[in-house]
Order: sequence, then structure tokens, then C-alpha cells
Amino acid sequence: MNDYIRPGHGSGGKLMHELIHDIFFRHFGHHELKKGSDSALLQSNGHRLAFTTDSFVVNPLFFPGGDIGKLAVCGTVNDLAVCGAIPQYLSAGFILEEGFSIAELEKIVISMAREAKNSGVNIVTGDTKVVHKGMADKLFINTSGIGYIPEYAGSFANNRKIKKGDVLIINGTLGDHAIAVLSEREDLPFQSTIKSDCACLNHLIHSLLEKKLHIKFMRDLTRGGLATCLNEIAQAQAIDIEINETRIPVKASVEGICETLGFDPLYLANEGKVVIIVSAEDASEVIETLKADDLGKESTIIGKVTSENGKKVIAESAIGGKRLLQMRTGEQLPRIC
Amino acid sequence: MKYVHEYRNKELSQKLINKIHHSAKGKYTFMEVCGGHTMAIQKFGIPSLLPPKIKLLSGPGCPVCVTEKSYIDTAIAYARLSNTIIATFGDLMRIPGSTSSLELEKARGSDVTIVLSALEALKIAQNKPDKKIIFLAIGFETTAPGSAVAVVQASKARVKNFFILSAHKLMPPAMKAIVDEGVKIDGYICPGHVSTITGSAIYDDIARKYSLPCVISGFEPLDLLQTILALVHQVNEKHSTVEIQYARAVQPNGNPKAKAIMKQIFCETDSEWRGMGNIPKSKLVLSEKYQQYDAEKMIPVDVEPTISDKGCICGEILKGLKTPLDCKLFGSGCTPENPEGACMVSGEGACQAYYRYQSQTEIT
Ligand code: SF4
Ligand code: SF4
Repeated sequence: MNDYIRPGHGSGGKLMHELIHDIFFRHFGHHELKKGSDSALLQSNGHRLAFTTDSFVVNPLFFPGGDIGKLAVCGTVNDLAVCGAIPQYLSAGFILEEGFSIAELEKIVISMAREAKNSGVNIVTGDTKVVHKGMADKLFINTSGIGYIPEYAGSFANNRKIKKGDVLIINGTLGDHAIAVLSEREDLPFQSTIKSDCACLNHLIHSLLEKKLHIKFMRDLTRGGLATCLNEIAQAQAIDIEINETRIPVKASVEGICETLGFDPLYLANEGKVVIIVSAEDASEVIETLKADDLGKESTIIGKVTSENGKKVIAESAIGGKRLLQMRTGEQLPRIC
Repeated sequence: MKYVHEYRNKELSQKLINKIHHSAKGKYTFMEVCGGHTMAIQKFGIPSLLPPKIKLLSGPGCPVCVTEKSYIDTAIAYARLSNTIIATFGDLMRIPGSTSSLELEKARGSDVTIVLSALEALKIAQNKPDKKIIFLAIGFETTAPGSAVAVVQASKARVKNFFILSAHKLMPPAMKAIVDEGVKIDGYICPGHVSTITGSAIYDDIARKYSLPCVISGFEPLDLLQTILALVHQVNEKHSTVEIQYARAVQPNGNPKAKAIMKQIFCETDSEWRGMGNIPKSKLVLSEKYQQYDAEKMIPVDVEPTISDKGCICGEILKGLKTPLDCKLFGSGCTPENPEGACMVSGEGACQAYYRYQSQTEIT
């Protein structure tokens, strides 16, 4: 009864990881793919390139703070940037449902063009398919992206060793994207003015790399939220991480909604947030640099690496109790009791 | 949500924790009946702060966990009918029925949609007059008034295509059943949200006849710590009374309006609880007058015979008689990703909470 695709297979949590390992890695098998990083890092004629792809299926198409087009550009740009690459070229593939409004399509395309311009990438190739009514939900977008890794980011891309005592930094509040989309989609029993944090982070990230700050690791947060992202990092890097929940920035309104619905902000989706691991000595300079950018105003240290040999993520609560943070196992659902 | 932080103050918590350590003399087992409490206890890492002498058990407070399998089977049968939309709280999607689940039926093409409230389901009915909308009405005294309001509004607006399939359950009968089964607990952490509706009198019997301390608790860490301390004190002093810790939300006589509308719409009946058997007068169904909104009365359907759970001992666990570790399937045949029983489906189900709690002991 379990051999069918369920929503959880796409939600960035444990089921999705199993699917990727058991089906895709098993058959595609390339060592670069199996690293499971945000972008593949490739050598071509002495040039170091990063290559990535992502598909976007958000419902609703438009939400406070963005739309599917902006997401499609930012998501791919961010996947390149967190690998230390300067994003350069994007492709855009569209799957359109028969009957979808051309005016809305154009709005989305304009938004993509604007975002591409802001982040300094060019959309240089594309594809269009139309499927019969009911075979897709209005519009799906796939974007792929290529970027080059500049000399100064070389050592970062080579992965410095993460050590005990290194700190974790985040560039702002959690959960804004999830709540913005939710408040647009569901008939929630409250009004919300929360905007999605959807943004291209490449300029922010490059301000760090240019300064040759000793960044050890970066990953952008997406569907599975901070908890899932930290678990991925802990497993891939074989480290233990401890975060302090009182230091994690969450907007009061997002927190309020989480309380009402029984959500945990640590598992909510984000589209403009990056976790950065640096050595403790560099932390203040990294934060200062991040804060100089609009997208990093609320940057702060949220936790530290507690062991170089492990895979656990532990959260210390406001009252000092500790719990094991696990990967998300399915969709977060509003509680009913 | 500023007020929330007052109840998460570290110094105050520490004081309470010290007091609890100081007061705890013998061994104590308290049961938190409500899934929301289980969740908060886990989220704030409360077990890691309590003396090992104090054990917290999760009770039957998750309406999803206690919903009988035949109910899921009935919902699945309805989902297979044409022109029918099942509107449900998300939690129910993954609960295994006898041979399928709503999630699987949806993947196969049934129209199953997740809603956040009964009113949202009613709205779908009004927007799609040519379809029958069946709302899976589950939950305790907390969600029952919502279903009642939806039925009243449906009747006012003369909506003909809105139905509810009720599994609304009542908390106190289950709390009594647990003690009747011989479960050894020293006190109840009574549900906060349920009590805002019902008031505190519903626990009087339990405190008096069963001599069990009852404290109605809020959901913040300070609430829970205060509650645990109050329970420890009651046990130490051999008291058994109903205390309201959650006084900022719970009135002794509850919410009269909500109680009135429930009384108007529903009547009590005996009901199966998943794994706990039949509990007298523990379920709410629509009364005579509102039968036209009762899916079971109005829409005939063939339900496949219920296959009883093989190996799943959820029931014993809900009653606190066994722990998930006693279940052969726990952790191998039954995990949060591939749940065998309802208790493993969501974060607050007893088995999943234990699954997490167990790993919690790895924290040093
Ligand atoms: S799964 Fe959690 S939120 Fe859902 S009914 Fe059970 S206890 Fe409540
Ligand atoms: S572990 Fe799974 S099968 Fe065993 S009692 Fe819990 S829910 Fe049932």
C-alpha cells in the first residue's frame, strides 16, 4: 500500500530523501549527483562551473511578496550562489494547462525578467508545452542555471573542514514564505500581512565571498524548513549541531499563526534564507557584512557545531529543555485539538 | 503574541523545575490526555527537565488516533462514490483503513480535499451545488461546536448538499474508561482547549469517584510545569480535586454558548474507540431534527468489512497499559513515514511521540 507517490515525497523531508536515494541516485549514479548538493560542481576546460535545476509548482501562483515566476528565478539563482558560484545563465521551461490566462502568464514572465535583471542573470533558452485541461495545475515552471566559480570562491567550494565550535548563522526570520502562501491559499481564521521572503541571495552571498571570509558551508532553506536543512547538513558533514530556539528570528505575527495552527516555525518553508557555517572568530565580521545588505538585516547566530563526529540536531527550548530535531516526515498540518 | 513569552520565561521555569525536584518524593505517573499537551511537552523538552521519578504518559487525546477503523473505511467508501467530495482535516489523510487510506484514494482519483474547519467545508458545498460534500467531523469537545455551527448555518441557508460523518468524541468517558481498565496513573493533566468549552465540572467525577487529582493545564511550558507541580502536591497531600491552572482561558462553567449549540445539534451515543473498545455515551451524533445533514442516514453506501488491526497494539498504549516498545512493529514495521497504526501517523500520536522521546534519551 505504500508504493505510490504521496505528497510527503515532494515536501523536502525524509520521504523525499528516501525517494532520491532509492530511485534516482541508484539509477543515475554519477558521483557529482550523489553528493546531493544544491548544484553540481563541474570542471570544463579548466573552468569551474556550477549547474543546477529546479521545478516550481506553487499554488496559488501569486502570493504576497512574490509569484511563481519570481520563485523560479530566485530558487535556481540561490542554489548556484550557495555553492559559491556567480549565477550567469538560466533556462526556463513552461508546462501550461489549456485554458490558462495569457495575461497571467505575461505577468509571471515579466516578474521573472525583473528578477533575472536584479540578480544579474540572463534567461537564454526555454521550452513551452501545453497539456490538456486537468493534466496540470495552470502552470509549472522549470529553471536550470549555470554559473562560474570565481577564483576567490575556490577554496570555499572545496569545502573547508567544519570544526567543533563553529557557529551557524541565518540571515533573517523563518517561515515568512510558508505563511504568506498559506494565508493566500487557505481560508484562515485570521488576517495576515506577512510577505514571502522570496529573494535572490547571490549578491548577499558574494559580498561574503569577495571579502574572503572563512565561510565553511552554506545552504539555502527551502521546503523542509530549518530543521530539515540542519539535518541534511548534520548527516552529510557528520557533525552534531545544537541550536538555541530563543535566538531564532521569527516574526511575532508568524509565531502567532504558528501557535494557532500548531505549526513549528522550524519546519516552515523559506525562499530567501541561507544557513552559513563559519568559525567562531569570523562570526562577527560575517554578520556585519550580512547586515550591510537589505536581505541580511536580521542576521544572527542561531547555534553551533557541538561535535565533529555525529549526525544529530538538538534544539534547546526557551526554558532550557532539549529535544532532538528531526527531519520533517510529511506535510505540516494544522492541528485540530 | 507577546503574552506567549511570559509563559516561556527561563528563570521562572527554572524556579518551578527546582520546586518540582524538591517536592517529588515517591514515583509519579501523570497522564496528559490532550494531544496538544503531548506536543508542547515534546517541543519544549520538558521530559529532559523533570526528575526521572516523574513519568508522563500520553493518553487518548488525539482525536485522530482514537477514530475507529470502521470510520475510516466508511469515509473511504464515500470517497469512492461519484459526485462526492470528502472534506477532511489533514491528519486523517494518512490513517490506514482496512485496505486503503484517504491519501491513497485521492492518488487514485477520488475527490478528497483538506479543510481547516467545518465552515470551510460548508463553503465548498455552497460553491458546488451539484456535488455532495461530506465533512469528516472528528475531534473532541473543542471541534464539535464548529461542526454544530456549520450544521446550523447549512440549515439556515437551506443547503442540501452538505453532510457530516460524525466521529466527535467526548473526553470524560474515555478518561473514566482508562481508570476502569486498571491503568495505574496518579493524576490527569486535563485538556486545556476542551475545558474552555466544557468548563471544569466534567472532571469532578474523576477526582471524586476515582480519587485522581485533575489539573486543567495551558499549553505553555510554565503552564505545564505549574500543573505538574500542582499534581505532585495533590498526590503528596493525598488530595484529589479539580484545579484550573489555565485560568486565563478556562471558566468553571465553560463556554455556555458553545455548550448550548452542541446540545441543540447533537445527542450522545455509545461508540467504538480505536483500540479501546466500546465506551458508553462517548460520541456525538446529529439529533433527529438534523438528520438530513447526517451522511450515514442520507447517503447509503457499502462499506467493506473492517479488518481488525494485526499486531498494532495502539489501544493498549492509549490506555497506558503497554508502551510502544511492546509493539513488535514499532520502529521496524511501523514508522512515521510508513505508519501501520493511527498512533504513529502524526507528531502527537502516542507511538510517534515515543519514537521521538526514545531518541530523546540519546541527548546527553
Ligand atoms: S494528530 Fe495532533 S493535532 Fe491532529 S488530532 Fe491528533 S493530537 Fe490533534
Ligand atoms: S507502533 Fe505502530 S503498529 Fe505498533 S502500536 Fe504503535 S501505531 Fe500501532
